[in-house]
Amino acid sequence: MLVTERDRMKDQIYALADQLGRERSSLIPILQEVQKAYSHVSSFAMQVIADALGIHPVEVNSVVSFYSFLHTEPKGRFVLRLCRTISCLMNHSEKVAKQLENELGVKFGETTPDGKFSLEYTNCLGMCDQGPALLINDKIYTHVTPDKVHGLIEECRAIFGVHAMQQKEGH
Amino acid sequence: MIEPKNKNKLTFATIEVNAGLKKAIALSRADIIGELKESGMKGRGGAGFPTSVKWNLAAAAKGEKKYVVCNADEGEPGTFKDRLILTDYADLVFEGMTIGGLAVGSDEGIVYLRAEYTYLVAHLEEVLAKRRKDGLLGKDILGKKGFNFDIHLHMGAGAYVCGEETALIESLEGHRGEPRNRPPFPVDTGFNGKPTIVNNVETFAWAAAIYAKGGAWFNGLGTEKSTGLKLFSISGDCEFPGVYEFPMGITVADLLKEVGGSEAKAVQIGGASGHCVPAADFNRAIAFEDIATGGSIIVFGPDRDLLDIAENFLEFFCEESCGQCTPCRDGNPKLLEGVQLLKKGECSMQYLNELLSLAETMQLASKCGLGQSSPNAFVSIATHFKAEILGRTGKAMQGGK
Repeated sequence: MLVTERDRMKDQIYALADQLGRERSSLIPILQEVQKAYSHVSSFAMQVIADALGIHPVEVNSVVSFYSFLHTEPKGRFVLRLCRTISCLMNHSEKVAKQLENELGVKFGETTPDGKFSLEYTNCLGMCDQGPALLINDKIYTHVTPDKVHGLIEECRAIFGVHAMQQKEGH
Repeated sequence: MIEPKNKNKLTFATIEVNAGLKKAIALSRADIIGELKESGMKGRGGAGFPTSVKWNLAAAAKGEKKYVVCNADEGEPGTFKDRLILTDYADLVFEGMTIGGLAVGSDEGIVYLRAEYTYLVAHLEEVLAKRRKDGLLGKDILGKKGFNFDIHLHMGAGAYVCGEETALIESLEGHRGEPRNRPPFPVDTGFNGKPTIVNNVETFAWAAAIYAKGGAWFNGLGTEKSTGLKLFSISGDCEFPGVYEFPMGITVADLLKEVGGSEAKAVQIGGASGHCVPAADFNRAIAFEDIATGGSIIVFGPDRDLLDIAENFLEFFCEESCGQCTPCRDGNPKLLEGVQLLKKGECSMQYLNELLSLAETMQLASKCGLGQSSPNAFVSIATHFKAEILGRTGKAMQGGK
């Protein structure tokens, strides 16, 4: 039987709701799982989550829009978050910012056209003694200098290559 | 990831893990809280509420179900000591939470971990699994019948305001992280309406240390009103940034000597929500009765432009304000505009005074600590460095880097 993407997502969300509990307190954990799987929380996903928890979809939207690590638009496979807090700035994070834009060809707040990289600022990453700090997905990099930026992005591309191959083999 | 070596040895490294829990488990509930009371410890998150009072209120609150919540939403700019504690001394944190469970009569602990620290999850889960295996979490802990307690992690989703305890609880419940009106306090009406203690990572770790070494030991350190030791996250223009441990009451000058930052013209104490302390005040003490802090220390060298700093902090607050109350939501952008006018050299003294008056309104009328403290850095810079910030003529004259 042909299963559409939407049906699959719906099943997944209901399974998550059963696993994590259908209480309001499960909302953020469910959102985090959905985002992990689909790189964003779509309007459709928000509607299904609302149905599963028995709340209004606007409630779900209000939560998604509040938190900076939840988003309604697809992000790149790698989300690069540069710390813009003062200690990192004092260690010249603005130069790292410039070089990130140069290497990726996009500005902060944008995603590369190939969907691989999103570039964002974030607030204090708790690496103030080792700045500038950069978070790539869940991995933290410290003492980042402009000359290291290219290598970090290449590292991501290499991981992406492997990942894409594995996915292909899996099907 | 390169972890810098601690510049001074932390007491946590000398504490025998679980010694405190073993001692606490033999005590009555009143005696557990009594020991903490003797230590005189105030919350290490920065607000300085006596921990024993919080625990006692939750212990006395009526209810079958109670919660122990560890606030690991370390988001204050310039703070990173909780990350180090969770990395190196997670056992002490979980041990402190377990003792907290025993003291207030709770069987469930929750660590609210900020999304930015997702890379710590695997390590923390490993420590938790080991504690379960060793009978330190779960049912009948250490053989004590009926003492059940377990801990799970709950991930934040990127919101500074969730470090405020009622906003954190809102977030745990699946809502926007908007602070609640207090009272009722969490010790009475917390997570899911149940009595809840919310303590900082460092507070739980010190609690474990206090039971291991005794409340009197802790009380003998620091000052009369701010007992004990404290971890500091030190960054900025100094030779040896990193996490340090000092007794409460240390002067700013002594601290700067230790970290190689004696040339500083100002020090930001307490992060973005703290105060910018000028060199003339370096003889002041870091303690709840003088300059209170959760441990964030950012050193500014002689060449730093303090308006850059005020601007950075206000941009931060404009973004992180939850938007619920007017003084904070609308006040911070007004102050930011003011700083930008000052940078351009286009701000009159009259307007600066109006901004300071607005700042006072924000401090008085905002609903939570975020809005109440967001003008602090601006106010201290505008008060202590008027000559530096007024009448600017252009970039070349600013002296900043």
